[in-house]
Amino acid sequence: MDQNVGQYLETDVLIIGAGGAGMYGAISAAKAGANVILLDKSIVGRSGATIMAQMTVAAAIGEEEPDDWRFHLKDTITAGRGLVDEPLAQILCEMAPARIWEMEDWGIGWARSVAGGNHITQAHAPGHDRNRCVYVDFLSTGPASSRTLRNQVRKYDNIRRISDLTVTDIVVEDGKAVGAVALHLESGEPVTIAAKATIIATGGLTSMYNRNSASANMGGDGFALGLRAGAELIDMEFVQFFPIGHLAPRLIGMDPIMWDPFRYKLGGRLLNGDMEEFTQNYGTAEDGKYVVTRDMATYAIVKEVEAGRGSPHGGAWLSFEHIPKPDLRAAFGPVIDRLAKVGIDLTKMAIEVYPIAHYHMGGLRVNDSLTTNVSNLFAAGEAVGGANGANRLSGNAITEAFVFGELAGRGAAEAAKGQTMPDIHDSARPYLEIITNAGARTGDGPNPTSAITELQKLLQQDVGPFRTGEGLQRAVAAISEMQAELPHMPTGGAIAFNQQLGDWFGLRNMLAVAETIATAALARTESRGAHQREDFPGLDEAWSYNQVIRADGDGLHISRGEVRQLS
Amino acid sequence: MSETQSAKNTANLKIRRGGPEQPERHETFDFPFEDGQSVLDALRWIRGNKDASLAVRYSCISANACKECVMRIDGRTGYACTTPLRAGEMLIEPLPNKRLIRDLVTDTLPPDERL
Repeated sequence: MDQNVGQYLETDVLIIGAGGAGMYGAISAAKAGANVILLDKSIVGRSGATIMAQMTVAAAIGEEEPDDWRFHLKDTITAGRGLVDEPLAQILCEMAPARIWEMEDWGIGWARSVAGGNHITQAHAPGHDRNRCVYVDFLSTGPASSRTLRNQVRKYDNIRRISDLTVTDIVVEDGKAVGAVALHLESGEPVTIAAKATIIATGGLTSMYNRNSASANMGGDGFALGLRAGAELIDMEFVQFFPIGHLAPRLIGMDPIMWDPFRYKLGGRLLNGDMEEFTQNYGTAEDGKYVVTRDMATYAIVKEVEAGRGSPHGGAWLSFEHIPKPDLRAAFGPVIDRLAKVGIDLTKMAIEVYPIAHYHMGGLRVNDSLTTNVSNLFAAGEAVGGANGANRLSGNAITEAFVFGELAGRGAAEAAKGQTMPDIHDSARPYLEIITNAGARTGDGPNPTSAITELQKLLQQDVGPFRTGEGLQRAVAAISEMQAELPHMPTGGAIAFNQQLGDWFGLRNMLAVAETIATAALARTESRGAHQREDFPGLDEAWSYNQVIRADGDGLHISRGEVRQLS
Repeated sequence: MSETQSAKNTANLKIRRGGPEQPERHETFDFPFEDGQSVLDALRWIRGNKDASLAVRYSCISANACKECVMRIDGRTGYACTTPLRAGEMLIEPLPNKRLIRDLVTDTLPPDERL
């Protein structure tokens, strides 16, 4: 077939995904002298998870009180319920302070306590043994992080930014990543990018669930790209649900996880439909501070709703009514006015919350240089699996975007140094064909856009915070049926900015990833951290290992991997 | 969005469709909504349920973070995710001062971020 092979680009380091980790990686790779292509399926520096984050970043900088990265590491390992990859977690905690100070140098403007001697303010968050979490007021941590990194990225002439470019496959030659092929959404043209080293920085997978805190592009792309390239995934069954996602009344223009910083600063009370505290019935009582960990709170709310004691919209009440107005104002300033505009007065009413998919602990299996088992293929940020085990500690997500981004960027630049530019005209051809074939499929039938909605509901129901063998088997069967339909789904034909075609590639990735989550969750016959089996309650010590998944022509292969510990 | 409350009103979204080479054309979609739902909620519903070919740029989905869903709503420039729906006809158009790509999508990328 005489196909359109589109543009052909070359770079030392290719970074897929331009959120916090991708931008940090681009900066450190460029600093190390590499030419970088930083691309995003949406807009560089505006999509992904980092910009959405309103709250805190954990790092043992010891400004608020004496601290040491070893204490942070201990809390991270404890939160991870026996599955934390300890060497990775050590990297995360040990290197975090340097990144926080670097971001300060770059002008992020961490919140400061002037009265206490003008130091950076560190708040307490659940699971931490002391005040450790820095932030930017008011609810601006993510946007400020993104803006700061965008400004740095722009300073480097050796970073080329490309928006609206969706990587569809990583090109592999002899077990080595040599670049990628991508779909340019505006023109529908395929693009080939030859790269000496490639970093997957695509974030997590939470938009695969219908109740989520994600942006549209958190559909697990990087996990699927890695899997198809031969990379191993780890801990895919551990999807973190954020317990107090906003449920009602309807909020416009605010992040559904915005209540967390309110909890950090002011406590607040979780109440059931009868306006009674209930978390004590599931293990941890509310005591005016924010002490109930995420997996515990998720469990308590879902069970309370199941028992018929939910709030009117099927969640729990979160109340700040007992907090004096001046305290609310002091803690949240302009946010109080934004809430007033949509008719929410926290001194007079409680709001309703429910668990929403928030973060993925699992991801690409990497070594201490953040390289996957595929040569020259790196991972950074949430796409990395293992550092957070079965449950992530509050505040570690942006920390790992910064730390792993910086480290992967450096490593990829180093890896690129010893190599000549690969010529991937031939090896890219089969992947380009997938793009041209998919783009040519017009006609009727169930379209990928509505199939994504269907998959989101399925995963929420059967692969959500609470799982059963029966539900997981149902999910595995349904995913397999959808995979069989995928090659026949229409994509709308040759039109500019064809999101339906983009959705087809999104669905292709989501289905591949959904299969790994459901398969791993079905295999793990215990309950631990974010993986809760109703038919196997309680943690089973015999399951204290990671599940590793890889794919080949015969499908998925799941095996057991020892949890790496510090000696 | 509440799944237990019932819709009270219907917005009739009159949407400018097509690309730069095509004659101006509008298409109207009716969307029953609840108080507090946004124009972006309606556009995403149309993509998922009525016409997946509708082109509309968005990313953060109502977190007011990505600023991608900027368009012309009833003749004024605004973000679809922060503009509440109202009953009756609402005119939804692409930005007039940017190169039209298709439907509601215009070239809003910084020049040095284009392919």
